[in-house]
Amino acid sequence: MSRKRTLRWTVCFAALISLAAVFAAAGLVSGTTKLTVPDVIGVFTGSNTDSSARTIVNDIRLPRVVSAALLGGALSVSGFLLQSFFSNPIAGPYVLGISSGAKLTVALAMMLTMQHGIMMSSASMIGAAFAGSLLSMGAILLLSGKVKNMAQLIVAGVMIGYICSALTELTVTFADDANIVNLHNWSMGSFSGISMRDVRVIAVVVGAAVSAAFMLSKPMSAYQLGESYAKNMGVELRAFRLALILLSSILSACVTAFAGPVSFVGIAVPHLVKTAFGTAKPIVIIPASFIGGAVFCLVCDLIARMLFAPVELSISTITAVFGAPVVIAAMLSRRNMKGSV
Amino acid sequence: MGGAAISSKELSVGYGKKVVVSGLGFEVRAGEILTIIGPNGAGKSTILKTIAAQLPAIAGSVSINDTDISLLSSHEAAQTLSVCLTERITAEKMTCADVVSTGRYPYTGLLGILYDSDRKIVREAMELTGISHLADTDIRCISDGQRQTVLLARAVAQEPQVLILDEPTSFLDINNKLRLLELLRELVRSRNIAVVQTLHELDLAQRFSDMILCVRDGRADRKGTPGEIFSGDYISRLYGMTGGTFLPMFGTAEPQKITGEPQVFVIGGGGSGIDTYRSLQRQGIPFAAGVIHENDIEYPTAKALASVLITEKAFEPVSSASVELALEAMNKCGRVICCIKSFGTVNMGNKKLLEAAEKAMKTE
Repeated sequence: MSRKRTLRWTVCFAALISLAAVFAAAGLVSGTTKLTVPDVIGVFTGSNTDSSARTIVNDIRLPRVVSAALLGGALSVSGFLLQSFFSNPIAGPYVLGISSGAKLTVALAMMLTMQHGIMMSSASMIGAAFAGSLLSMGAILLLSGKVKNMAQLIVAGVMIGYICSALTELTVTFADDANIVNLHNWSMGSFSGISMRDVRVIAVVVGAAVSAAFMLSKPMSAYQLGESYAKNMGVELRAFRLALILLSSILSACVTAFAGPVSFVGIAVPHLVKTAFGTAKPIVIIPASFIGGAVFCLVCDLIARMLFAPVELSISTITAVFGAPVVIAAMLSRRNMKGSV
Repeated sequence: MGGAAISSKELSVGYGKKVVVSGLGFEVRAGEILTIIGPNGAGKSTILKTIAAQLPAIAGSVSINDTDISLLSSHEAAQTLSVCLTERITAEKMTCADVVSTGRYPYTGLLGILYDSDRKIVREAMELTGISHLADTDIRCISDGQRQTVLLARAVAQEPQVLILDEPTSFLDINNKLRLLELLRELVRSRNIAVVQTLHELDLAQRFSDMILCVRDGRADRKGTPGEIFSGDYISRLYGMTGGTFLPMFGTAEPQKITGEPQVFVIGGGGSGIDTYRSLQRQGIPFAAGVIHENDIEYPTAKALASVLITEKAFEPVSSASVELALEAMNKCGRVICCIKSFGTVNMGNKKLLEAAEKAMKTE
């Protein structure tokens, strides 16, 4: 059986990687200016000297595709970490209000700096978002000590999200006209307008955080049995919990800082991946969620760009359409788990 | 201390500053089972949590192989001590084999990857506990009894020297209770493990423990072998029983007797009257019973339930004095029930009783 399982995992990983490659390629070739695959390859190898094609690929589509993949992966892993922390399959950075907390602080930071005519650096954007994430996370943690019921925790998270969003709206209302457009676009969520320089920062932060999360897969698997068992197996609970919170906050902060709040990916992707792989082992699910999240966001971003081109939809519109039903499915599967493996 | 796998000295347990139980001292050698019993809220689980290093001790110490557990790293502790808890497992998409594999956690490397030697130990633990057929089944899709066995297998795979179980038999049916505890006893013997457990089922505690520790009112009330603990009315006192009588010989309790002037006289003996006693008790009818030998199997039940009981000394024929007493009691009753089908030589006195009753036309 364990051989059968290994086979299943190999097939799933291969499928995910191929899907990621296919949709990344699709993201590079499609758009208002149609390019062919050889065109794009030509840009990379240097044989395509068409300057407009070079600009489109190098400055617009490539950063967009890479950031969609990295941030999608980051969101999914962040969701999986939160699900492990709360042992609740419908926990995620968006429903728990962590994305909205990040959105609020980033909006505030942007407002303040714009008034002084300064553009924020990528790192300071992440910093602001991280602070907001931790703020929401702190509120959730305070509440989680009081509410034992998981559904109540989610409702509390959604409410925190609403509060943060309302405050963000308020901030935007008082912003200068010129700034509003900028802020408004960002607060709707989109993978557009991320520069190659941002992508490098994203790659470093997400790469480090996801690797660190992967290194936590052993204590996470022990933690799945419950706190007491984890403790008995020698997990240092305090440090472990802190690591989970910090990592999930950094990951979702990174997403919010660059793409705004993106809904439901953090719950939907880990659920789909766990179902496809037939396991919840962190050592498998963390990398699988990362690739799965990349695929999910590549697809959603492609749809957001192409569906009513040249009008672009916000990314959350699409992720919600695909993600929310999966979240409902995840909730139901928890209830009637008897009988299915 | 010499030879104790796990021991405690002047141990106080509790939460924060609040002491729940204090002055605990015990030692359990390898291959022995210590069961902690006591009323609800006496702090049994708190004691277990403390000796399993889940809670810090407030005072005193717990030692494993003469080393204080607070001096062991969590890693070392995990390799010597394993737990089976009441905490419900809600993990999703974990097969039973996955759960048992987590027992290898303290022995694996940074990423927790199992080697063939680990897999072999997991397989053996599952074979030993008879759950190999469940290996690929989701942990949420099996019965309570099976789940408890899987958790025991997990604990075994951890290769502990000390195993701590919190009410391992709760929620199990009688057959599964027995199977689990038999399995545990077998493990204790074959692997030379020291066990500390709590049990609510006194009958099982009596039968499956080498030592029993009784906890009550914030202290260890008594410690001893099952024979020492289950004697006299100690258990009734331990639990402050007001709702009935505990029968130490059987490890079970009978409900409170119906007091008052007896309305029915039961001629019983040899266990034949037990059903009738219980039925009368259920209907709330006070009754007298006799003549029962003091070594009769139904003597404890009769004593617990009859408002008037006429007895005879063990192994003696029923004397005429006893018959006189019984007749006197019988004459005050409206009805007589005779549960005995045939009377033996020592029981001729009871035959006389029946004849007297038949003459008065009161028998059923």
